Amino acid sequence: MSVVGHAPPPFFKRGPAPLARLVFFVTVCLVLLVTDLRFHTLEWARVVVATVVWPLQRAAYAPVEAAGGLGQYLSSLATLQGENADLRRRQLATANQLLRQDHLEQENQRLRALLDMKARQPAEGRVAEVLYAARDPFARRVVIDKGTQDGIAAGQAVIDDVGVVGQVTRVFPLMSEVTLLTDKDQAIPVQVQRSGLRAVLAGAGAGSLELKFLAANAEVEPGDILVTSGLDGVYLPGLPVARVVRIDRDQSFSFARIHCAPLAGVERHGHVLVLGGRIAPPAPEEAREPGEKAGKGRRIKRK
Amino acid sequence: MQPTHSSRRILLPVKSWFIALSLASALLLNLVPLGRLPGVPDWVALSLAFWCVHQPLKVGMGAAFFLGLIMDVALGTLMGQHALAYVLLAFAAAGWSRRILWFPLAQQALHVLPMLLAMQLVMLATRMLAGGEFPGVLWFLSSFSAAALWYPATYVLLLPQFQPVERDENRPI
Repeated sequence: MSVVGHAPPPFFKRGPAPLARLVFFVTVCLVLLVTDLRFHTLEWARVVVATVVWPLQRAAYAPVEAAGGLGQYLSSLATLQGENADLRRRQLATANQLLRQDHLEQENQRLRALLDMKARQPAEGRVAEVLYAARDPFARRVVIDKGTQDGIAAGQAVIDDVGVVGQVTRVFPLMSEVTLLTDKDQAIPVQVQRSGLRAVLAGAGAGSLELKFLAANAEVEPGDILVTSGLDGVYLPGLPVARVVRIDRDQSFSFARIHCAPLAGVERHGHVLVLGGRIAPPAPEEAREPGEKAGKGRRIKRK
Repeated sequence: MQPTHSSRRILLPVKSWFIALSLASALLLNLVPLGRLPGVPDWVALSLAFWCVHQPLKVGMGAAFFLGLIMDVALGTLMGQHALAYVLLAFAAAGWSRRILWFPLAQQALHVLPMLLAMQLVMLATRMLAGGEFPGVLWFLSSFSAAALWYPATYVLLLPQFQPVERDENRPI
């Protein structure tokens, strides 16, 4: 049909075949997935795109915020009065402890000095507001309104007025993501307050937690309070974390299944306190090899 | 171009800026933080499927890939999770577009539903392999609500292309 030397006009040019394009894009996606999952090297790209998308996100959040504000405005006087009375009662109940806190702290310091122990690290914190739960159905994360601009860094612990909520896992300039304790990938070293037994508490999804790798005859009872052990160098020791709810001691397994419920309002929203990064205590002198650098062998565990 | 291949209405040509605007507003709707509310449709998937069915030459896997990446960053999910699902959705929708457009709108929605469900299954498989938690069966409701929205979405997204029906008594064809 075509005259020699004249190609037909490109009416039907549509680029590569759909299947070829599909293979290309699927390959790129798989590479991205593996890179993000195994090597965690895509955080910089995330920060760049997230900074660009941030205004869009705020715009999308505005109607939800407005609806929340309206709901709060319309919440009845009775609710507020009840809440007020409750708060006053709680304040009175804790007043005794609060008033004696200074005295106790000083006494503690003196006793510790006597015992020649290291002073407990003072905790400094930054109040942040939980904006919303991340819309990822496969994980338990919330977004708070402070980011690197306010000195938040990944790895910091997040608590509320009752106990530990989670850990900052991703930081953007103006907001950050907090992985809740109930997330399946989140673990926290704890000890049983009653017996001092140390263990690792991991999220089990669906708002519950599980105490892992404890022998079937371990000394744990339903109702026990778990507090942070502070062994990881991330969480300060002694923060309340969870309460043991149910224990399945099946002799056919070597470990007991210990179900716990978080103490803090992990799945609720409100204000939280982001604790400042904790500096791990230096290794003792005698443990160091002669000639070894001071910083070596010391590591800050994340998660 | 007609709304469906069996329709006798002729549509005006589509405007590229309107496609971009509709996809951007779908993205904005997806960013509204509704938490774990079940049954909220994935607006981006719906509008992407719509344009891949109606304009397979203009919107395809490239657009799906970039929208997916933005979704991944904005929702904080695994990088490539939405991108992979959207690319597969765009491929299926473009491949089926000639078939789908012969059906009336309700049956078109029945064609779109399995595609959206397959997209969610791809996301589920990706995240389960990565060690996420199972989000519950109610999570699949969002595909059903998106498919139910196919009927209104068709009229909203084709609105700028409709032209007034001109009847000429002398030429009744």
